[in-house]
Amino acid sequence: MYVAVKGGERAIDNAHAWLAEERRGDTDVAELSVAQIREQMALAVNRVMAEGSLYDPDLAALAIKQSRGDLIEAIFLIRAYRTTLPRFGGSNPIETEDMQCDRRVSATFKDAPGGQVLGPTFDYTHRLLDFKLAADGEAPQAPSATAPTEPTPHIMSFLDRENLIQTEKTSETTPDDLTRKPLELPASRALRLQSLARADEGFILGMAYSTQRGYARNHAFVAELRIGAVAVEMDIPELGFAIDIGEITVTECETVNQFQGSKTEPPQFTRGYGLVFGMTERKAISMALVDRALRWKELGEDNLGAPAQDEEFVLYHSDNIQATGFLEHIKLPHYVDFQSELELIRKLRREAQDAMSQEAAQ
Amino acid sequence: MNVMTDPNAARKAWLGLLAKAPARDLAQLWAALDLKAPHQILRAPEIGGVMVRGRAGAIGEAFNLGEITVTRASIKLEDGTVGHGYVQGRDKNHALQAALIDALMQTDAAARVRDGVLTPLQATMTQKKSTRAAKAAATKVDFFTMVRGED
Amino acid sequence: MQAHVLEGGFDNHAVDSSHAFRAVMTAMARPGQIATLQGALPPAPLSKAAGVVLLTLCDPETPIYLAPSHDTQQLRDWITFHTGAPFVTAEAAIFAVGTWQDLPVSAFAIGTAEYPDRSATLIVECESLSNTGEVLRGPGIKDQTALSLPKTDAFQTNAALFPLGLDFIFTCGDRLAALPRTTRVG
Repeated sequence: MYVAVKGGERAIDNAHAWLAEERRGDTDVAELSVAQIREQMALAVNRVMAEGSLYDPDLAALAIKQSRGDLIEAIFLIRAYRTTLPRFGGSNPIETEDMQCDRRVSATFKDAPGGQVLGPTFDYTHRLLDFKLAADGEAPQAPSATAPTEPTPHIMSFLDRENLIQTEKTSETTPDDLTRKPLELPASRALRLQSLARADEGFILGMAYSTQRGYARNHAFVAELRIGAVAVEMDIPELGFAIDIGEITVTECETVNQFQGSKTEPPQFTRGYGLVFGMTERKAISMALVDRALRWKELGEDNLGAPAQDEEFVLYHSDNIQATGFLEHIKLPHYVDFQSELELIRKLRREAQDAMSQEAAQ
Repeated sequence: MNVMTDPNAARKAWLGLLAKAPARDLAQLWAALDLKAPHQILRAPEIGGVMVRGRAGAIGEAFNLGEITVTRASIKLEDGTVGHGYVQGRDKNHALQAALIDALMQTDAAARVRDGVLTPLQATMTQKKSTRAAKAAATKVDFFTMVRGED
Repeated sequence: MQAHVLEGGFDNHAVDSSHAFRAVMTAMARPGQIATLQGALPPAPLSKAAGVVLLTLCDPETPIYLAPSHDTQQLRDWITFHTGAPFVTAEAAIFAVGTWQDLPVSAFAIGTAEYPDRSATLIVECESLSNTGEVLRGPGIKDQTALSLPKTDAFQTNAALFPLGLDFIFTCGDRLAALPRTTRVG
């Protein structure tokens, strides 16, 4: 039972005012600018763009500032803003083949044409705190080398020479959009990929890790991980042709997975796919592993009952805004509900006591 | 599409350049050009989103990745030439300037606009790209197989 | 696309479409009440009111069916430039525009039991529009009102489908009135 209550406006206003003051912190310390966050907290900005489902580094940086660095709160702000935008249309699928790669590595094909390019990676750092960063003023310069002019084709296409890799279905239909129509199960692969691309990084990481540890193990290797800029092209009706309307940085991960064959498919290598806004490689690899685990049905694999195979479990619990909304609402006033719970408990106890005293009397 | 035979290739190229160029660079070059271009607004600058699509497995069916912010505008010059601007981000002046330049590029002012705006804009963007490519090239690995082992 | 179809949109999209949305919503909430709309100058044969409705409610995700009475290249271009809405057959339409005679009323989607909202809204262009003729009753109407409907039985059949069914907007020049599926006719 709910009973409407009024009041608390002054407390709320003052709480907001204090929040604003706390956000600013000690005024003896210089204020962060949005540009500083965008440039120097770029990976946080990328995560907010990916999970907020809106590529706009300035807005993501502003959201991080406003949310005091609480990234889920920042994602919430971006999701809310996103809903206010009129939708001009959908782009043509981005051509990751044409990416200008900042990073491009393969665990399966070391001599890949185009080479292995490490890019600005944490991979080989020693994870020792660098106290030099605590002092200001450093502006490090990276060395340069002559850039190759050859293209960097997808490594999977080289591995596929013997046709030992499962092919992907192509289709030109407009994919369903879960931000427009509620997610219904069973979900198409397009819907699963959209859901995973905006899913909480921590949740997807945990799911992916569970497949590695043996819950629906699918033996994934990174065929290719590439990070870089791609153009976004859209058909413009008033022009009658397509133009580039922007350029975005994305992370793409293709996994190749061992596969013994099933009732319906011959033994072959299968694939998992991850594609995420920004430089977000932990998320992209995780996405590829979970994508592969969710494909058990189409590949004729057994349902092992593993969490990562359960599309309802994965898709309905991976969105951190839905999750946080439902989770955090339980801290808001529930006095009235609790009153009725109390009444119920008292009544049950009274009945139990009456029954006991009747028994005693007999 | 073959660039050689595409009649829209030139316009496609400048519209794409204007869309991806930093708003500030374009604004500076446009102001420096100091070109009067009286015009009527057909579509006032409007901020919106475009759903970016990817392909499953890079080659398969399309899926929705997420949106980008885009601002668009359309204008008509006094001689009736129409210009459209679609630019990344939320800068209304950027979209308006792109639409104006698109229109002017279809008029006698084309050479002046190309020299004053498009060419330097392209040069800056190419420079940025090649700087990045050179840094990436410096992190390219030369592998030596030491030993073949299990796993 | 010719230059003149690029004209005739809202001058100030955010403000104009907000006013128009409020007017259309009120018309739907008060069936039969006639409202006057401003802001769009669509090419003939589309009325000003129907133009405002399309500019306000349509975008690339709301497919439109144009009845033969309204299916001209100019109008298609105008709608495409100003709303981005795609053109489809009657079966796939979320919105439809045309005269009553030219609209294949039985072909439109009436929604499903799970999603009654996945149904079409028909914008019916009329020669005249006045509070005379068929008696209307139901939610949003105090006692009863009247509206000059092009037909009677079709709207009675539609109301009987509730919660499924079509919703109607009648337009004439710069005026419109609405008839949602909840309204009982006659």
